[in-house]
This record gives sequence, C-alpha cells and structure tokens, in this order.
Amino acid sequence: MFFPGTENERHILKNVSLKVYDGDFISLIGNNGAGKSTLLNTIAGTLPADAGSINLENKNVIKKSVSYRSRWMSRVFQDPKMGTAGELSVAENLVLAQSHVNTTSLKWYNKKGQLEKFQELLKPLDMGLENRLKTQVKYLSGGQRQALSLLMATLSKPKLLLLDEHTAALDPKTSRDVMNLTDEIVNREKLTTMMITHKMSDALKYGNRLIMVQDGQITLDVSGEDKMKLDSEELVGMFDN
Amino acid sequence: MIISSLGQGLLWAPLVIGVFITFRILDIPDLTTEGSFPFGAAMTISLMINGQSAFTATLMGFVAGCLGGFVTGILDTKLHIPSLLAGILTMTGLYSVNMHVMGKSNVPLLTQKVLTDYLPSWATTTQTIVLGIIIIGIVIVALYLMFKTRLGLSLMATGNNKNMSSANGINTDKMIIFGYTISNGLIALSGSLIAQSNGYADIGMGIGTIVIGLASVLVGEIFLRGRSILVRLLAMLVGAILYRFLLTVAMGLGFPPDDLKILSAIILVIVICVPIVRNKLKTRKQLKIYLSQLTEGEQDEQVRSIKRPKFTKGVLSGDRE
Repeated sequence: MFFPGTENERHILKNVSLKVYDGDFISLIGNNGAGKSTLLNTIAGTLPADAGSINLENKNVIKKSVSYRSRWMSRVFQDPKMGTAGELSVAENLVLAQSHVNTTSLKWYNKKGQLEKFQELLKPLDMGLENRLKTQVKYLSGGQRQALSLLMATLSKPKLLLLDEHTAALDPKTSRDVMNLTDEIVNREKLTTMMITHKMSDALKYGNRLIMVQDGQITLDVSGEDKMKLDSEELVGMFDN
Repeated sequence: MIISSLGQGLLWAPLVIGVFITFRILDIPDLTTEGSFPFGAAMTISLMINGQSAFTATLMGFVAGCLGGFVTGILDTKLHIPSLLAGILTMTGLYSVNMHVMGKSNVPLLTQKVLTDYLPSWATTTQTIVLGIIIIGIVIVALYLMFKTRLGLSLMATGNNKNMSSANGINTDKMIIFGYTISNGLIALSGSLIAQSNGYADIGMGIGTIVIGLASVLVGEIFLRGRSILVRLLAMLVGAILYRFLLTVAMGLGFPPDDLKILSAIILVIVICVPIVRNKLKTRKQLKIYLSQLTEGEQDEQVRSIKRPKFTKGVLSGDRE
C-alpha cells in the first residue's frame, strides 16, 4: 500500500509514504495531534484526502466510500460504543459484521445454526458472552463491548485491520486482556494490522514493526530485529526531537 | 363511539407506523409528514375524480408519499441539510404541489366508488374497520418480514450507529433515504384512506399530523412494550386506536372541533411526560425496597453488636480494657 503525498487543508499529513506488507503488525505511536488518527481515518475513508493515493492490492481506493472500503478494511474505535450497535443484540451485531457485502439483501438474517456458530466464536473470550447472544449490546460493559468490537472487526477476515487506541478507554486489566486477545487473533488469522497506541510497552511488545508519526510525517520506521532492540525510554526520548 | 374510533384508528395506523420508522428506527423527527399526508390524499382524490379506480388511486397515493420521502432523504443525506430542516423544506414545497394536484384547496368526491364500496354492503363503520384491518394487516406483515431480512437489519443498524454501520459495509445514505421513502409512503397511504373515508381532500388536512403521529407512537409504547419488532409494530396500531379514542373522549367532554389541535398538542406533552414520571416512580419504589432491606440488615447487625459490645468498642476505639 502507498500513501504518497496524502495531505489535507491543515496539512496534517504531509508527504506520507508508507508501504504496508502483507502480514505486517504495525504499532503507530506519536504525540497528540501528530496525525496518527488522521492517517488511520484517511485510510479508512472517514476523512477525505485532498491529494495522493491509497492503493489496496494495486487498486486506488482514495475516492471510495467508507462502506466500500470496508470490504477490505475493518476498524476498532477507541470508544467501545462506536464499534457496536447498542440497541441491537450481540447476535445481530455479529450478523452485521459477518459480511460487508449484500447489506441490502432480502434474505433472512437468522440462519439455521448461526447461533451455535456465534457461541463457538464467543466462548474463547471467556466473558460469558456466549450465553448472552440475545442481550442488547448496550447492557454489556465497556470491556465486553470492546472485545465484541474486536471480534466483529476480524470476523470478515479483512485485508487490513485498523485499531485506533482500542484499549485506551479500558481499565488496566481489561486493557491487557483485550490486547492479548488482539495479538492472538491477529497471529491466528495472519491479519495485516495497524494499531495506534500510547502505551510504549504495548508498542514494543506487540507487532513486528513500529512507526512514529510526528507533525504529520513518519519520523521512525523500524521493523524486525531493529524493533526488538528499542526500549521504551529511548522511544520517549525521541518524542522530544 | 368506541367502534368509530376503532375504525378511524385503523385508518390512521399506517401514518403512525410511518412516523415510527423515521422517529424510532432511524431516530429522525421527520416533518415531511405534514406534506406527504395531504399529498397522498390529493393524489388519490384527483385520480379518482379523473376516472381511476380506488385501488389504483390509493396505490398512487402511496407512491406519491414515497416520492416526498425520497426528496427529503436526498436533501438530508446528499445535500447535508439537517433532517429537521429537510423535512420542513419538503413539507413547504409539497403545499404548492398539492395545490396543483387538486386545483383548488378542497376537492370533494362525487359518486366515485371508494375502497369500502368494494366490500359487501355492511354498515359504514364495519366496512371501515374491515378495510382498515386488511390494509394494516398487509402493512404490518410486510414490514415484519422486511425487518427480518438483512435489509431490515441494516436499516435498524443505520439508525442506531451510523459509524459502525458504514464500517460494516452498509451504505448509510441509501438506508436513510429508503427509510424516509417507505415512511412517507405509509403516511400518504393514511392520507389517502382518510380522504376516502371523509369523502374529500383538503389542503389543510396535513396540519398537526406529525403531532398526531408522535403522540400515537408514544401512547402505543406506553401500553404495549417489547423489544421484538412485531410487538413494536402492533404497539403502533394500539397507539393509533387509543389516540383516536382519547380524542373522541375529549370531544365528548364538550370541546369544540376547533380545539382539537391544541388537545393533540397537550396529549403529546402528557404522553412524553408519562414514561419519565413512571420511571422515576418505579426507581423510587425500588430504591425504597432496597433501602428497607438494607436497614433491616443493619438492624440485625446492631442486634449482634449489642450482644458483644465490649469487643467492638474495644477494637474500634483502641480503648483496650
């Protein structure tokens, strides 16, 4: 994927050029207002880019809508409420996430054996959600909602998974659980992932590549061995530069 | 009296279901109602006067409303006009359209056969009720089936969480336009039926319909609660009938017809307040029960602590004897 010269009016992103390889798990770090979220939003299509291109498997999607891009991309938002429909039940949310095409089809969405399948999916979360398929999502806790969001985002096996500080609103323990779950799913499904985080330890612990964004530009891009050598103090030091 | 409000309620029910779709499912207060209701009436009556059958005319009334809703949907989603304003714009525009369709502000039917005339020659109220049941039955079954499809789920998701819906591949603009369209189609269908029942179409018949619709939605939800879509649709039917009944009672108390509009407004205010007050009372009652259980528990503890006062006092106050 390329994002050459992506920029918008306030010039949040300038001359960003990034190639994401298949199977990459990228941690995105940077100070507030650096443009991390803007970068993710531009990729997802929530924000329009004024110039440049976003190539997804050699196809430029820069002019395409969020819903079109969702065939290849999934997102987990920072706010647990954003990623799920609160009035709908757990099962209905999962149906929505299951397939991002044919969303206006006139086929019944309650398919035979579907509930059992969802139960199997939810069991490994160990949150008791498998017994609450009919519960409206608004009655779940923040951690449960976020775990569900994550599961939903990976259900359609996206080519690119975008995580926007998805553990920031959770308590330390839940945050760790969700992070472990993320790592597990990403590794199992071999998902290409971009994750924004403010936790240096998470940025270092997870993923094979680390990118630092400052003033709308990529100032650090390390992967593999080089990334292993970094430590969190070194990283915080780089924020000042 | 009850029988006649039952019949009238059944004819108003499509409007209530239409308002329910925008107001509850899509979470949009849609003022197009005030324009699409007389649009349906105008279309139907004009077509009937020009020799069309009541069936075609009613169907075209429905289609006319769909068009009105479609326009509001485009204004809202594609032109990014706030939904409230979009509704007002379409409503205002439709006033002129309705005048053109009717040619004058009030068009009476002459000898044309209305839908109820195709039924066996029962009493008028019976005919109205039977026709109402047939039509609302079709509407509720069709909508129930629609909400069981992926399309219906997408529509509900869009109204609930737009961000999440588009992130899951739903074209939310399309869904909102679709919602506006069927909603106003149903509202116009109601207008068409009421006009046939009254025997005329009038340019002013849309005034206050949004208040009637919203009040009926809320009344229905007060009397019939549930999460399943079938129960919610049936609640709308109940709301429509009860609302008519409330108005009939008010009229029976001696209010002149001119006061109907202010009565509608007052009823709406009351039904908005009822659930709030009821929730407050319920919470207070449950809190009371909870607190009384709590103090009972404390009393038990006090009894226990009295039995061994020295120990407690000694440990807590540090005053060791």
